[in-house]
Amino acid sequence: MADNKFAAYICSGCGIGDTLNVGAMEKIATKEGKMALVKSHAFLCNTEGVQMIRDDIANEGVTHVCIAACSRRAKTEAFNFPGIAMSRANLREGVIWVVAEGAAHDEVRQEMAEDYVRMGCAEVKKMIVPGGNVKESSSKRILVVGGGISGMTAALAAADAGYEVVIVEKAGQLGGFAKNLVKRVPFSGPYSEPQATGVEEMAAKISANPLVKVHLNSTVAETAGAPGRFKIKIAQLSDQVGGALAEELVGAIVQATGFTPYDVTKLTELGGGQANVVDQAGLEALAKSANGGAILRADGKEVKSVVFVQCAGQRGSGGNGSGQHLEYCSGHCCATSIKQAMYFKDANPEVDTVVMYSDLRVPGMGEDFYRSAQTKGVIFTKGKVNKVAGGGSCKVDFRDLILDEDTSVDADLVVLATGQVPNAGVNLDDWTAVVTLADGGDEAAKAKTVEMKRGSVLNLEYRQGPDMPQFKYGFADSHFICFPYETRRTGIYAAGPTRRPMDMLQAQEDATGAALKAIQAVENAEKGRAAHPRAWDLSFPKVRLEGCTQCKRCTVECPFGAIDEDEKRFPLFNEERCRRCGTCMGACPVRVISFENYSVDTVGSQVKAVNVPDQFEEKPRILLLACENDAYPALDMAGLQRLTYSAYVRAIPVRCLGSVNTIWITDALSAGYDGVMMMGCKKGDDYQCHFVKGSELASYRMSKIGDTLKQMGVEAERVITHEVAITDHERVAKLINDYAAQIQEIGLSPMKF
Amino acid sequence: MSDINSQAVARYKNNFLREVEERVEDGHWVKMCMQCGVCAGSCPFGPHWEHSPQKLFMMIRAGKREEVLKTDSMWMCTSCYNCIARCPRKLPITHIMHGLANYAYRLGLSPKGQPNQVIARIFWNNAIKHGRVNELTFSLAMYFKDGIGQGIKNSLAMQGVGLGLMKAKRLNPMEILGGHTCKDKSGIAKMLTKAREIEDRRRGLA
Repeated sequence: MADNKFAAYICSGCGIGDTLNVGAMEKIATKEGKMALVKSHAFLCNTEGVQMIRDDIANEGVTHVCIAACSRRAKTEAFNFPGIAMSRANLREGVIWVVAEGAAHDEVRQEMAEDYVRMGCAEVKKMIVPGGNVKESSSKRILVVGGGISGMTAALAAADAGYEVVIVEKAGQLGGFAKNLVKRVPFSGPYSEPQATGVEEMAAKISANPLVKVHLNSTVAETAGAPGRFKIKIAQLSDQVGGALAEELVGAIVQATGFTPYDVTKLTELGGGQANVVDQAGLEALAKSANGGAILRADGKEVKSVVFVQCAGQRGSGGNGSGQHLEYCSGHCCATSIKQAMYFKDANPEVDTVVMYSDLRVPGMGEDFYRSAQTKGVIFTKGKVNKVAGGGSCKVDFRDLILDEDTSVDADLVVLATGQVPNAGVNLDDWTAVVTLADGGDEAAKAKTVEMKRGSVLNLEYRQGPDMPQFKYGFADSHFICFPYETRRTGIYAAGPTRRPMDMLQAQEDATGAALKAIQAVENAEKGRAAHPRAWDLSFPKVRLEGCTQCKRCTVECPFGAIDEDEKRFPLFNEERCRRCGTCMGACPVRVISFENYSVDTVGSQVKAVNVPDQFEEKPRILLLACENDAYPALDMAGLQRLTYSAYVRAIPVRCLGSVNTIWITDALSAGYDGVMMMGCKKGDDYQCHFVKGSELASYRMSKIGDTLKQMGVEAERVITHEVAITDHERVAKLINDYAAQIQEIGLSPMKF
Repeated sequence: MSDINSQAVARYKNNFLREVEERVEDGHWVKMCMQCGVCAGSCPFGPHWEHSPQKLFMMIRAGKREEVLKTDSMWMCTSCYNCIARCPRKLPITHIMHGLANYAYRLGLSPKGQPNQVIARIFWNNAIKHGRVNELTFSLAMYFKDGIGQGIKNSLAMQGVGLGLMKAKRLNPMEILGGHTCKDKSGIAKMLTKAREIEDRRRGLA
């Protein structure tokens, strides 16, 4: 460390010099910050200012730079010095733009700026430039599990971009569900006629592409490793148990395992299982054998009248059926029924086709398709079906929702529009429960794990279980609101109806997105960088194992399953699976986990660097730990909008609230801070946390901090957490002001010296 | 049952939608309704309709022939065109309402004595007589539509308005003698007969 040279640069541009005493800040950087070199500049981000810093790095041997200017989110291209550790003190968005104008506020404004300079100097001293971990060998091949529309699209997209692809398909041919369709809903104008599925062309393209290797009649028997080095074992379905498994080395995985139609025989209240009551897949089979001619029933009779029952066993009690089936809308079924009604009308316009719906949902250009069906004479009846009787002559009893009466319609055939059930493998919650029993020596549970693994899609060798976590209703994981293809298994991306119900067009778009994500993952893995959302990040958690107490919190709480256990039960970090959120760092009770440029020390030293006035000055200090993904940008935005908030607050950006170690809070309170605010992303089912579980874990940990506060003799109100969205700039300013007022009310901290 | 009605029943059997599509002005639009209900919500007379246009369209699709043709709903339409302006599917709802009313009247199923129907018939008969509407005889015909006694009562009640109009030269009492007519009355009569013939042929009513 002897070679480290610390320098601070204070910008006086953008009005900083007019509002603040730059000379005083220089003095603080030198005396308190112990910076070897302190300079100020009137326009630090211009060519001349940046050159000044570069010259110092080249000629003076500066290794660590604290830039006291604008927010760390601004001017990132100008302030980019490879190989140099850098901290940013936010004097513009964080001080002069948010502290009220006027001489009355000069003192607190200057104090705030000086504290940020102290914090920037303290932080940079604890930082180490991440070395990164460039791999000697890393696979850039992409495994696609599932050879349906989604899988084939992902494979072709990746191959077109020049990446090798391995497809594993359970069936004997490519095409998935779509290969059994006569036609598909139109993707292109004028959106009035069904179109050819295009499955054969896609399959032909795949077999002609030298970059794509296809394993048919196969499943994934084992997935071990991490992004850039997944080892896949592939089992042929015909293989005897213990037969030789094919092995493939891949860098990333797209899971495109599609869906299974809901079991129509479970819909007994809608005639499911009775003669001449079919689901949409059953109708496709009838239409396929008709080959464009009149559509015949299973008993050979020509269909002269058909009723389509929408939302069959879907949308809970809002759909048709007992409400005991699927809770959700599968999205594609309305357009599919319209398409299928056209099969009848196109073969014979005299066939009576009735679509019974409660809400016809035709997203995208489907409205044109709907209109086309109406032009062809398909009748749309808004009704809720009470009962369907199958047999030689079917009868649908329904309530007409427009005419408000119970009535019925006779038909030769009834088609039930059932929903999509995802093929997402093992539910990890069930898995964990069974494994816990099995670990306790339960023999039945041990047998159950073997059976459960047979239903697994990926057979991951992760301590967290054999598949990716499941989202709502058993769909494969997805960061639904912000990053739909992201899952909690780094380098493994879900695409198509395994992730959420969707139609073919959406599945293709989805698959293309997932393929791009997979490409990003293999490229990042090779360069030793993190995957989304910190894709530039070369840092990686370092752990001092000699201090580890094997409490397993990091392994359990890591949202991405990055941490396994080694044979001595110490945490075993899989760097390539890590997203660098720091949740492990926040979890560690003995604080042995840190990043090179983001550690318990880099934040802790900032907390301690703040000059806390004694009780007689009556100036409270509030520590604000703000998630850098949403809350910190919102604070910057508040500055841009010139919203004012209390000058008593000192904001520190954190990678995720999940990385907040409670030591920072107790340190702050012991040092005499009057309150600690935390701002993170939304948690719960519709979470917006970039790291999925970070804000939830933080909130859980904070719910347990009460005892600690009591022991310290500090009121519970001195620590609060808020959920904040990136658009909440007005709200963050208000939250800070309200909290500052609340602190005034409960009085200064008893911990002040 | 009128001949023309029983012929229609025999011809279309239970397919009332097809009957409407072929025989009612703009009837081919009925199938395009998507049941959003904007017409029903937009109609200023909405509360006075037995069945809103939305419901009428649904009833046509459901084959409720008698109910649709016998209702006075479409006779309530005042041609304000709110529904046409607002229909997201661009259905000419006002025209369809008049088409339905007209068809029901032709079949002899429309409600007898429905005031709008009476005024329409009096207006039409008045207009075709001289090729233009005679306001005085039209008003008087309206006053006396419910008999002589009621007619005198109506006339007395309106005499102030009538005298005012006369003073302002907006009403000529001599018009009662027939008033001025258009130049070629028989030509107009022929034209209307021909138009009706063409229309009936097109609608299969000839």
